Amino acid sequence: MLADVVLEPEITYTRPAALADTYTHYCPGCTHGVAHKLVAEVIDELGLRERTIGVAPVGCAVFAYNYFNVDFAEAAHGRAPAMATGIKRVLPDQMVFTYQGDGDLASIGLGEITHVAARGENLTVIFVNNAIYGMTGGQMAPTTLPGQKTASSPCGRDVEATGLPLRMAELLAGLPGTAYAVRRSLHNVKEINRAKKAIRTAFQVQQAGLGFALVELLSSCPTNWGLPPLDALKWIEDQMLPYYPLGDYKVADGVEQL
Amino acid sequence: MAKQLLKGNEAIAEAAIRAGVQAYFGYPITPQTELLEYMARRMPELGRVFLQAESELAAINMVYGAACTGRRVMTSSSSPGVSLMQEGLSYIAASEVPCVIVDVMRGGPGLGNIAPAQGDYTQIVKGGGHGDYRMIVLAPATVQEAVDLTRLAFDLADKYRMIAVVLLDGSLGQMMEPAELPPFADGAALGTPPAWALTGAQGRPKNVVTSIHLVPEDEEQFNQQLQARYAEIARTEVRCHEYATADADLIVVGFGTAGRVAQTAVKQARAQGLKAGLLRPITLFPFPEQRLAELARQARGFLVVEMNAGQMVDDVRLAVSGQGRGGLTPAVRFYGRMGGIVPLPDEVLGALKALAETAGHTPQPSPVSCLPLDGGPVAR
Ligand SMILES: Cc1ncc(C[n+]2csc(CCOP(=O)(O)OP(=O)(O)O)c2C)c(N)n1
Repeated sequence: MLADVVLEPEITYTRPAALADTYTHYCPGCTHGVAHKLVAEVIDELGLRERTIGVAPVGCAVFAYNYFNVDFAEAAHGRAPAMATGIKRVLPDQMVFTYQGDGDLASIGLGEITHVAARGENLTVIFVNNAIYGMTGGQMAPTTLPGQKTASSPCGRDVEATGLPLRMAELLAGLPGTAYAVRRSLHNVKEINRAKKAIRTAFQVQQAGLGFALVELLSSCPTNWGLPPLDALKWIEDQMLPYYPLGDYKVADGVEQL
Repeated sequence: MAKQLLKGNEAIAEAAIRAGVQAYFGYPITPQTELLEYMARRMPELGRVFLQAESELAAINMVYGAACTGRRVMTSSSSPGVSLMQEGLSYIAASEVPCVIVDVMRGGPGLGNIAPAQGDYTQIVKGGGHGDYRMIVLAPATVQEAVDLTRLAFDLADKYRMIAVVLLDGSLGQMMEPAELPPFADGAALGTPPAWALTGAQGRPKNVVTSIHLVPEDEEQFNQQLQARYAEIARTEVRCHEYATADADLIVVGFGTAGRVAQTAVKQARAQGLKAGLLRPITLFPFPEQRLAELARQARGFLVVEMNAGQMVDDVRLAVSGQGRGGLTPAVRFYGRMGGIVPLPDEVLGALKALAETAGHTPQPSPVSCLPLDGGPVAR
């Protein structure tokens, strides 16, 4: 008689403990979910789940606190960096991060983000750039590409009237308090892996007390771009990458060694 | 502890420090700036947090964040800066995190000037931000009272998980008076951070501080919860100062500096044979409407004195409406100075005499405002 051979399935991946076991409200094909997963994996791998406090934005990620298993505050539109400053100053041993969209960070909250960088505040900022206001139904953002059609630029963004899009990683890299400012993308597996490494570095920068750390993530918004998910990923590659080159815009002394 | 000669703004700062404030965030604005400067010196000495924010908008959101940790935190500003904070105040109120705000009011609207005024009554007492929220509002009239109410503000904020505001005008912020500071609050008495605080989810489920309730039924229920708390406060936390009200048939009502000036006028009126008395609300929310209604039964008239165009007077009218003998409404007159001018006792006395001559127990027609053609003080 043949002995029963039981093959133990090899578990190669489990949901990170820092990610809640729940459904998200994100649209199909939206990369906010990927960004959440990467942040949660990094929090787990660095063993920070019990000493991290997140600050959610106003935007599609407003309910981020439902998806992370860490203490969370929900800020007013654009004010997450100021709120995070208040938390970090009182509890310097906690890892404090904000998670913000491009309307939140680059438009209404430009003042707050600039000053946390200027102060070299020990914070980690995850900046999701999808070139549009997602939550309110697809209006023009400061990051909307020239000619891009949105609900509030129906004929395409007219740069004569509205100026050119802001490149936030470059802009914030120019401030002395910034220790780390990079741009990554979520449009394919290779870039997602690179994005995760950058997020990890951005948390380590905070752990080491080196200053302000920002990871800009080029992200898709199939619903408001009016594209199927795969085409939306291609749109990142074809349309966004030329204007928003991936790269490291500031890697201060000491970051390399982390 | 013995009395010391203290400047209002600095006395409030030191009182806050002794109340155990762990973090201060602010932005310079006259006539409040000494408070910020005092904190800049003292907080680091004590190993506590001081940070000058890039704006009042940032300052209030730093307060919001720090308050989420359950520690005692505060900011201070003056009228235009407080206008800029209104968004944050609405969020903080909706998130039920306690904190203390000091508003040292100046002349407005707009940039106005840096002279003492009381034009923020409406934006502070009624809630200048969006939605139905309230803040506990304490209005001192002396430097000593500013010290005492600062301590009380922290205690009430913690007790009710609300914003408590110390509301004063620029003259009180700038004035030096003898006052006694309380001892330092016992660190242990302040206790460990409350269970709802964000401190890192160590060995417990995560905590979330938010102001969203997307489902209308949830939002309504949350609002009812807030309203129930406000109603409880209205029952239990009313405070006011009275002078010579026992047999008074003319009641002067004023808060802060206006109330203090009015007390001098009431003394003068008594010396001249008028049966005048003073009610000076110390809590503006909760408002002493019950006490005003009681006084309406004995008074033939009320004179409301404010350093604005008439903001609190509406609340006095509501409180006494139909509360006079026979269900009638006693006369309610207003005397105010604006632009940063503090009324003199003689002016208040004049308005009180005018009231005495005309006010009786007859039904009052609805009040009509009239601005004098020469642009002098508003009387209505
Ligand atoms: C003070 C204020 N202004 C406007 C809004 C409306 N609003 C909500 S989300 C949003 C834009 C969010 O876009 P973005 O930051 O790009 O994030 P996304 O939704 O694309 O992730 C706006 C304008 C608001 N909630 N508060």
